[in-house]
Amino acid sequence: MMVYSENQRKSFDETTISADMYQVLSEQGDLLSSLDGKIDDSLMLHMYEKMLLVRLFDRKSVNLQRQGRMGTYAPFEGQEASQVGSALALSPGDWMFPTYRDHAAAIVHGQDLYRIFLYWMGHVEGSICPEGKRIMPPCVPIATQMVHAVGTAWASKRKGEKTASIAYFGDGATSEGDFHEALNFAGVFKTPTIFFCQNNGYAISVPFEKQSASKTIAQRAAAYDIPGIRVDGNDIFAVYLMVKEAVERGLRGEGPTLIEAITFRYGAHTTADDPKKYRDQETLSQEWREKRDPLARLQKLLQKRGIWNEKLEEQWLAQMNEQIDLHLEKAERYPKADPVGMFEHVYAEMPWNIREQQEECRSFFKKDVKIS
Amino acid sequence: MSRKLTMIQAITEAMDQMLAQDPRVMLLGEDIGINGGVFRATEGLVEKYGPERVVDTPLAEAGIIGSAIGLAMNGMIPVVEIQFLAFIYPGFEQIVSHAARMRYRTRGQFEVPMVIRTPYGAGIRGPELHSESVETYFAHTPGLKVVAPSNPYDAKGLLIAAMEDRDPVLFLEPTKLYRAFKEDVPEEIYRVPLGKAKVVSEGDDVTIFAWGAMLREAMQAAKKIEEEQGWKCEVVDLRTLYPLDRDTILSSVKKTGRAIIVHEAHRTAGLGAEIVSLINDEALIYLKAPVKRVTGFDIPVPQFSVEDAYLPTVERVQRGIVETLSF
Repeated sequence: MMVYSENQRKSFDETTISADMYQVLSEQGDLLSSLDGKIDDSLMLHMYEKMLLVRLFDRKSVNLQRQGRMGTYAPFEGQEASQVGSALALSPGDWMFPTYRDHAAAIVHGQDLYRIFLYWMGHVEGSICPEGKRIMPPCVPIATQMVHAVGTAWASKRKGEKTASIAYFGDGATSEGDFHEALNFAGVFKTPTIFFCQNNGYAISVPFEKQSASKTIAQRAAAYDIPGIRVDGNDIFAVYLMVKEAVERGLRGEGPTLIEAITFRYGAHTTADDPKKYRDQETLSQEWREKRDPLARLQKLLQKRGIWNEKLEEQWLAQMNEQIDLHLEKAERYPKADPVGMFEHVYAEMPWNIREQQEECRSFFKKDVKIS
Repeated sequence: MSRKLTMIQAITEAMDQMLAQDPRVMLLGEDIGINGGVFRATEGLVEKYGPERVVDTPLAEAGIIGSAIGLAMNGMIPVVEIQFLAFIYPGFEQIVSHAARMRYRTRGQFEVPMVIRTPYGAGIRGPELHSESVETYFAHTPGLKVVAPSNPYDAKGLLIAAMEDRDPVLFLEPTKLYRAFKEDVPEEIYRVPLGKAKVVSEGDDVTIFAWGAMLREAMQAAKKIEEEQGWKCEVVDLRTLYPLDRDTILSSVKKTGRAIIVHEAHRTAGLGAEIVSLINDEALIYLKAPVKRVTGFDIPVPQFSVEDAYLPTVERVQRGIVETLSF
């Protein structure tokens, strides 16, 4: 049985990975350029803590799905630096358009953990974000949210607000028409939009070289005459600095930026997917974990700088697990979904047909109703 | 004060006055700036309000509708022009998967108050795919409202109401009627409420339901039937296709006991079927004859040399009325 082709095995080989890729933190945990005045020790620690938190959250979610306590879930382990680094570069009021794999970004931007649990537990309230935040529900179709991020940024610009919009998407999304339309619109109207692509090498099973003849995604930016940047998506400093620059550029009125962050999802596309079917899962994920893990390499640097030790890590783990458990408890204790509530919020004012169907539905949930 | 305006003039005036009154209003579309739109609906507006508010966009319907969704979520009131209804399909996903669902998905936290205007319908000798009448795709989508005026007065009042509505509205403009006739249109801003049909002429023998360009066929057929057979038809202009005005539909059918529905859309799963079903559910015992549908046929809207045969004509409507009344 052929599990994967030779071509697929080569996907994401060393040359593809390193082609013109901006990197600050080497795989060995060494700084390749100075971070003076850009990232200080306390921000480094903050970055590490956030990555640790979301990794624990992700693993917890996969386990919950396995235990039948949650529905299908899309894990992101391996992509923490891309998501946490990009989200930390934003201001609290910036608009965020995540996909179904970007909970880490949403968490860092202020989404509550229990909401994300609720979303994957199938609650209609799972996409509500904290008051005043602009964290959109995870986009389920591919690339369609990219044009929304053009629109919100365009409105901010028209209103004279210093607010950027960031759209998250994967390598597969770059084949969609909406990818093109979004980049083109943003270029024409110079909207402060950051198109943040996590190129993890696979759109479910299809490797990037089957997705496109382009060597890189960043190079597509040239066609729209906007900046296109390729960063090491497992290097949180590189991601953070490039997104920050892109936000600043946007707010100066210089338009959008396309960022391609090279990363890898260690696990399956979703809990319903088996990556062994289409790639040499064990070798690949082991290779990425050992060579390029986003947490491990930052941990090495922190250790060298004397601001990390195992005791500290244990403390964090304990605190974070507790925090996650509290949110899980909140999600699991969340009031049982009221089917009648599903009729709300289709329109600002409920039309007669929905109102009557709501009554019809309600009548089936009244215990004393007998069907004669 | 009112003057006589064509439908296209009434539509332009509605946008003009809303642009003047509300800085949140923006127009987006292909060729709507200096060209004034392919039907000239936005003529003169870019000169008055500038290219930042009357925006010539790149040629990309998903881009236009999708970015309008973002604009609407962030406080603007975008009014999108799609050149012809059949060109909306690249933006279909944006409409049904996003515009229509954003309020629902966020439990009311974010809303998409936008209008998508588009000419629709046959009868203008247009090229292929310039004459479709596919309102049913959209009336089937929870979260959207669908509106189709049949005259200049309603066009202005409904468009203003649509622009003030907090939900996304698809505004279907019958191409054939853009310049077909003039009628009195008040100068000031006014609203024709969404979700309200109108009894255009009263009668006791049979109700004819129609909207958009088919209103004229319905009215002419009603007139001929009265002249030739002496039967009095009640004609109801639905005006809003979603949500339907159930009360007006039912009270008319209960009065006349007979109904025919005229639409230029294909028959199968057309909106007529929904109206038949509504009558079946709530007025069956009032019926003296089966409810009849006089519609476009279940074929692609053909090239224009035969479009008149595709469309319901006065004669076809008349025959439908006779069949219903002599059942």
